[in-house]
Amino acid sequence: MAYGETPSQTVGPYFAYGLTAGQYAYDFTDIADPTVAGPDAAGEHIRITGTVFDGEGNPVNDAMIEIWQADANGNYNEKPVDVSATDFRGLGRCGTGTDAQNRFWFDTVKPGVVADAGAPFVNVIIFMRGMLVHAFTRFYFDDEADRNAKDPVLQSVPENRRDTLIAKRVETPTGIEYRIDIHMQGDAETVFFDV
Amino acid sequence: MSTFKPRDWGSHAPYIAPGYKSTLLRGPTQAPLAIKSGLTESTGPRFAPASVRELDFDLTKNGLVNGEPLGERIVVHGRVMDTDGRPQPNTLVEIWQANAAGRYVHKVDQHDAPLDPNFRGSGRCFTDDQGNYKFYTIKPGAYPWGNHFNAWRPNHIHISLFGPGFSTRLVTQMYFPGDPLLDLDPIFLGTEDAAARERLIAKFSIDKTEEGFALGYQFDIVLRGRNGTPMEN
Repeated sequence: MAYGETPSQTVGPYFAYGLTAGQYAYDFTDIADPTVAGPDAAGEHIRITGTVFDGEGNPVNDAMIEIWQADANGNYNEKPVDVSATDFRGLGRCGTGTDAQNRFWFDTVKPGVVADAGAPFVNVIIFMRGMLVHAFTRFYFDDEADRNAKDPVLQSVPENRRDTLIAKRVETPTGIEYRIDIHMQGDAETVFFDV
Repeated sequence: MSTFKPRDWGSHAPYIAPGYKSTLLRGPTQAPLAIKSGLTESTGPRFAPASVRELDFDLTKNGLVNGEPLGERIVVHGRVMDTDGRPQPNTLVEIWQANAAGRYVHKVDQHDAPLDPNFRGSGRCFTDDQGNYKFYTIKPGAYPWGNHFNAWRPNHIHISLFGPGFSTRLVTQMYFPGDPLLDLDPIFLGTEDAAARERLIAKFSIDKTEEGFALGYQFDIVLRGRNGTPMEN
């Protein structure tokens, strides 16, 4: 290796006017926001939402979550991500500081199955004050039990921790939601991946 | 499409770094689970040229209201490359920082230092075909924080990059040479490897300094390299 990696440092508490300006009402444009797939995207439109909890069970109000996912056909977006696109974008970014309950939310479509996977999932990165290195995880879907059983990554997770990765489908008056919380520590600590 | 080399954890801080108190309840306690890289790990977002507007790279001009921002004008040059020295072209770089007085625009920042009406402190740019980037800004001030008695953060600029894939994602901080606060800062010291920590400090450059206008700094950023063998499908 000719060069050493640049170390990660925390995103800190004040990222919003740089990274999530629109959501937090700062005067700057966005390159990503909580919309991963606009109304014109093909597929089943869903919202993914949840809370990030610290080791004492308190909601984290200054985390930033990013997701990157395949479209309804299981293909990752190879076109440049356009934050004004009303169809599929593939990338989402949401801070936990604007929702009254400190939730994150993403408006998207349910992904298809990527060619070398067994089940649909979205890729997730978590950043916050108090994390010197971001953490990667995945959200799978609870109504995909048969396919989840065939997914090599999910099956590589110890059985008693798999539930930390599975979002639960809820039908709400405003549409389909999948709910999943992220626990940084504790008995239900989310499984994070070294990718 | 090839996959990326594993993250070199020796270059990064642990999730729990007791000197930085917020990590105690927020850092995962279980080791991250290694997974075999596949199609997913080799993909990542690319961004259209329109993602960056004309003045986004110039923080001395992108927040003007009724005058010029106060403070020391600087120009930061850098090259984004991978661990094999390959330049990373057309890579989006996002930046944000405090103003010269050490005050952030963010509504939560209550530090008793003045806001600058002509400085927002956020911007972005792309690397060029050779992986080079450049932005103009004001040297950020140090500011106090609540980690321990008399805790002060060194002058720093936050920098965020995706790189060629989702797994090369990096958020880091650029520090300034000779800052006496560095050796007292638990965030900087969170990186345990002294040689790795040095990679967080920009170099002053008289060659990059623009006469009569701005002091020049060089800050190169190194992302994970690619595996030589293509991925098996």
